[in-house]
Amino acid sequence: MKKLFALTSGIALCAGMAAANEDLSKMMEDPGQWVIQTGDYKNQRYSKLDQINKDNVGDMQVAWTFSTGVLRGHEGSPLVIGDTMYLHTPFPNIVYALDLANDGKIKWKYEPKQDPEVIPVMCCDTVNRGVAYADGKIFLHQADTTVVALNAETGAVEWSVANGDASKGETNTATVMPVKDKILVGISGGEFGVRGSLTAYNISDGSLAWRAYSMGPDSDILMDPENTMNLGKPVGENSGTNTWEGDQWMIGGGTTWGWYSYDPELNLVYYGTGNPSTWNPAQRPGDNRWSMTIMARDADTGMAKWVYQMTPHDEWDYDGVNEMILTEQTIDGQERKLLTHFDRNGLGYTLDRVTGELLVAEKFDPAVNWTTGVVMDKESPEYGRPQVVAQYSTEQNGEDVNSTGICPAALGSKDQQPAAYSPNTELFYVPTNHVCMDYEPFRVSYTAGQPYVGATLAMYPAPESHGGMGNFIAWDGKKGEIKWSIPEQFSVWSGALATAGDVVFYGTLEGYLKAVDANTGDLLYKFKTPSGIIGNVMTYTYDDQQFVGILSGVGGWAGIGLAAGLANPNDGLGAVGGYAALSDYTALGGQLTVFKLPN
Amino acid sequence: MKRAASPLYVAAILALCLPAAVSAQSWSDQAVDPAADHPEVPVSYEDDGRYYSEDDSPTFNIGDDGTVDWLTFSGFRRYHSECHVCHGPDGEGSSYAPRIKNSAVNMDYYAFVDTVVNGRQNGNSVMPHFGDNKNVMCYLDDIYVYLKARGMEAVPRGRPAKKATKSDLIAETENACMG
Repeated sequence: MKKLFALTSGIALCAGMAAANEDLSKMMEDPGQWVIQTGDYKNQRYSKLDQINKDNVGDMQVAWTFSTGVLRGHEGSPLVIGDTMYLHTPFPNIVYALDLANDGKIKWKYEPKQDPEVIPVMCCDTVNRGVAYADGKIFLHQADTTVVALNAETGAVEWSVANGDASKGETNTATVMPVKDKILVGISGGEFGVRGSLTAYNISDGSLAWRAYSMGPDSDILMDPENTMNLGKPVGENSGTNTWEGDQWMIGGGTTWGWYSYDPELNLVYYGTGNPSTWNPAQRPGDNRWSMTIMARDADTGMAKWVYQMTPHDEWDYDGVNEMILTEQTIDGQERKLLTHFDRNGLGYTLDRVTGELLVAEKFDPAVNWTTGVVMDKESPEYGRPQVVAQYSTEQNGEDVNSTGICPAALGSKDQQPAAYSPNTELFYVPTNHVCMDYEPFRVSYTAGQPYVGATLAMYPAPESHGGMGNFIAWDGKKGEIKWSIPEQFSVWSGALATAGDVVFYGTLEGYLKAVDANTGDLLYKFKTPSGIIGNVMTYTYDDQQFVGILSGVGGWAGIGLAAGLANPNDGLGAVGGYAALSDYTALGGQLTVFKLPN
Repeated sequence: MKRAASPLYVAAILALCLPAAVSAQSWSDQAVDPAADHPEVPVSYEDDGRYYSEDDSPTFNIGDDGTVDWLTFSGFRRYHSECHVCHGPDGEGSSYAPRIKNSAVNMDYYAFVDTVVNGRQNGNSVMPHFGDNKNVMCYLDDIYVYLKARGMEAVPRGRPAKKATKSDLIAETENACMG
């Protein structure tokens, strides 16, 4: 039907839907614009711009700044579409359109009305990871799960739809991903017993196209028992219910608040699902599928092509939502379509993204100790499963027992802060946490719209290391090896950017924007912005000049956990309070800082 | 000649200041001096492992060797399950929510309970209501005495090293409440 339409009225199609996202794909190839939060569909966060490069980045200066007017954790980044920059804020989720041709003058501002009751339902700050663009519309996914399509020229609301119900603890922090004639939308609330889902809405009018839950009956999870593959084998019937006790899957978690990537040739969308609810593993026996899972789904129908559960029966809150970075690399003389993922559980995975075959699973922080590694022998019944160290198993140690010295902590060796990949160096640049924990699960009862946690935890810097809480590393995804590692005093909670100028940018919680050499990791530039950085670095050009932009505004999990500093209860009283407190370095803020080379 | 402030004028000023002085912000911002007189803190009597001050509000009891009463320990656990994701570790506050270890000393027990049960809003700073959450309500006294102990710096940051055993009364009450 579509073909016929295209053949008969090719000109009319240019204004239509399919063309709109051919536009978006084409726009992604223009390094002068930053048209999607992830840089491109591959989530590489790589820019071909090289005006700012490793030889001159040291001269970089601030070009202009903009205060967002909101003092909260600022995640994500602005977009640049043509001459306009689109900038979002945390709750109340204001969107600004700034005119780059007119010194950032505000073209329009949109501020939704949201019930403040949603604020405390958002575990860990009211962050938002930014707007998306397609078909002349800006898509805002608000804290209260309302998805709004705004006219990119005027800011007028074209349609809006409620993706969830905040009174049940369903909230949002993620951006959406436009693919063809749909946008893909996730949901948060794993700490409230929310059952996660990925939903596709039609870009034209916001109507629902499909929804794929993370657990539940086959018809809910959009899996074909015979054709959806798990490590080379069909998933079989009822795979989303038969590793749960009774109807626990209904409040099973597996939320989808991370990043999404897309391969247009395979027409597959990739994303990860979060932790199973509750944090007390004894209350939910079984593997709890498909929480903690890498999903590959057909973009048109939502049907799953393959799945891989990284952490069966989670015992530590190692959400699997971090970004899936798509690359083409040669392994054993063969060019392959790869997917690389740095999981909260501390393992860096490389898979064949066509089939879901597991190629590499290695620790990307040497401190990781909860597992001895993943079984790679395809003949083993344990194939693909991480082998759990009994000492660090909160399940085996049981309820009301404090398991100590587990690495990484619940915030993971890496959280949502996205890594970058440079095709030049074939290295991944990964912002990481270097934090360990004590974890004690206990019994909790479920109340709709109330936290459903069931564990207490204490976090502290990885023992017997450099004393800091983070590292910024370069990772070889083919070998599963760290190339170099930069110790950081605090967790690195900022998304990285790699460029053709062989520079890698990232931000720190103290507020520094840093530029390092892509090959060696040598520090080339740093500048202290007004507040801690948990946003993602982006770049664009205006008037043939390259700019680098970053949001400041400390907050998020990092701002909550590290504000007062961490204390290791196992170190004895002397050391308590001995670690750096983030509040000694930075305070709340909300600012965009844009850099350029001197004229 | 300087005009002396009339008593009425002073009283009016005081009255004006009072509502501001009891806002949530100042409860947490107001530093706690452990050496000062805090009538709600010292133990007046015990009821099978639960401790009360002379005005019948729950309080903590720390032994000479640092052993904490069960409620203080239990409060540590429940706080770091239900509260720390906003208020930060050890009641220290965060970039997101106030330092409630101070609040637990600066506000009285009933005001504390009222805030937890019914929630509170101060602009875009919102405390949810936990009145229908058993994981909080069944452990409200536990969380309160733990935070009070933290506010008084009677227990250090982190997990209490030594704890008293759970009394039969506390176990029975917990089971009845959690159902």
